[in-house]
Amino acid sequence: MITGKSTWTFSSYPVIVSSGVVVGKEEAVSNLNGHYDEAIEDMFVGEDSYERAQESLLTKAIDYTIKKSSIKKKNIQFFISGDLINQITPTTFAAKKLNIPYFGLYSACATSTEGLALAAMMLEQNGANYILTGTASHYAAAERQFRFPNEYGGQIPPTAQRTVTGAGTVLLGKEKQGLAITSATIGKVMDYEVTDPFNMGAAMAPAAVDTICQHFQDRQIDASYYDMIITGDLGAVGRALTEDLLKKHHITFQSNQFIDCGDFLYKKEQNMQAGGSGAACSSVVTYGYFLEQMKANKINKLLFVATGALHSPLTVQQKRTIPSIAHAVSIERK
Amino acid sequence: MSKKQTKYEAYEKKTKEHEPKRPIFLNCCKAFLIGGFICFIGQCIATFYIHYFDFTEQTVGNPTVATLIIITMFLTGFGLYEKIAQFAGAGTAVPVTGFANAVISSAIEHRPEGFILGVGSNMLKLAGPVIVYGVFSAFLIALIKTVLQMIGII
Amino acid sequence: MLFFWAFIVGGLICVIGQLMMDIGKLTPAHTLTTLVIVGALLDGFGLYEPLIDFAGAGATVPITSFGNSLVHGALLEAEKHGIIGVITGIFEVTSAGISAAIIFGVFAAIFFKPKQ
Repeated sequence: MITGKSTWTFSSYPVIVSSGVVVGKEEAVSNLNGHYDEAIEDMFVGEDSYERAQESLLTKAIDYTIKKSSIKKKNIQFFISGDLINQITPTTFAAKKLNIPYFGLYSACATSTEGLALAAMMLEQNGANYILTGTASHYAAAERQFRFPNEYGGQIPPTAQRTVTGAGTVLLGKEKQGLAITSATIGKVMDYEVTDPFNMGAAMAPAAVDTICQHFQDRQIDASYYDMIITGDLGAVGRALTEDLLKKHHITFQSNQFIDCGDFLYKKEQNMQAGGSGAACSSVVTYGYFLEQMKANKINKLLFVATGALHSPLTVQQKRTIPSIAHAVSIERK
Repeated sequence: MSKKQTKYEAYEKKTKEHEPKRPIFLNCCKAFLIGGFICFIGQCIATFYIHYFDFTEQTVGNPTVATLIIITMFLTGFGLYEKIAQFAGAGTAVPVTGFANAVISSAIEHRPEGFILGVGSNMLKLAGPVIVYGVFSAFLIALIKTVLQMIGII
Repeated sequence: MLFFWAFIVGGLICVIGQLMMDIGKLTPAHTLTTLVIVGALLDGFGLYEPLIDFAGAGATVPITSFGNSLVHGALLEAEKHGIIGVITGIFEVTSAGISAAIIFGVFAAIFFKPKQ
């Protein structure tokens, strides 16, 4: 049901049935340590290209998700997913292997919540009984498409973020109780004319702010409603900017109430500049770490805002600005 | 228009406040040390060629450069050049080894797309501009100088 | 003494490159292209040869020397064959850098896999 300007509220409470998280070697030793199903040492995941490696990561995460639920694959109606690599082909090939009707999305790193929101809406409208959604990304595949060859010696500035290697997926279904998607706010494309592709956090912060404000306004609540508000991959710079901008809208947080997945992920000694990014950044951290926290009753109400920078290597070379988007999904215990 | 402009300018200013500063002085020191060291190695190689082979100060540049490029191939292939470069910045980018690293890393990277369309087409994608504008500017400069000499101005 | 000056001069050229990247926020490609053109200009004014005599590898190893040798080759041919030599002579002196990079690039693609 539409609530306010751009928020859906779900009265049937689509529930997260199970989740699967697979990570690469750097993520395995990060703050996510222990909060995943499998860590893979080999950056190629036994394949012969990074794109195929990413495809394998997604397939593995899906396998864990299905295995951990009591649902059979044939009872899952749809698969909703997307990534950042050439016309989302790694996801397409994973979908081919999965053999479930498929919606391909592109919202860069905001794809994770876009998928959650759409899946919840389909379940709410009785369009399906079970839907699989999630995202994958791969450091080396993103690096060669968006920046330089992996072996090229270019110095990375301190505002840059590292694309997360991994995949996180969830299975959503209509069940009586559990962790439910209660609402979703669909963001609009924001552009504050940031042009530096090595500072994506700054490009995405206005989108996060706009969506968070809209969400509170539409649901007529404030930040205190949630135990935790997490953003996708703003990194250290974007997170600080977001907090600053939200203050102007009179939205303030208690300490540790507002966390960014990209900022949270890597340890300081891993030296990852401003933090993690990529389509899988928000999904591995949320589905790996924060869902566990919710299951352990440490968090009851969570607002999950994934953010995406919607530029391409072409638009950067043509000196266009970096447009960005953020979609918010609230997860609450029912 | 002007109101919008100031909104974006204000945001840019705010962004700068939150950006960690690039440690420019430290970066320059590292670039100096590593860059200087690579040139020092180059000088050692050049001296070696002059002493043991039939090269002069003027002709030793080419074999020196070729030797440095072979070394770069191994450093790039074993994934070490990229690690040194994050520390050294321009110290590894500016010497000819940086040029070689740009060519070799692109070549290795595009192997999955095949030898013709992958390696062949993409090998010079980073180093290409250096060759293109090196050649073009050299053409203009040499042309001007030759014409000026011909008409007797210099 | 040549070793000392090779270190100092080579290092300083790298510092100029670092400043272009950090303060000018230029990409590596923009930085290197600019340095090559500067090297070509310096040779146009006849200043690069004295720098090589002074600093040896400190002047021949940085990418600026690439611009220098391009102009140098063109000028040498121009002396022999006139204007047409400007075009035919460009790669005369500088071939080693480009040919070695391409040859070993192909070898690297054959023998190495990206490490990451």
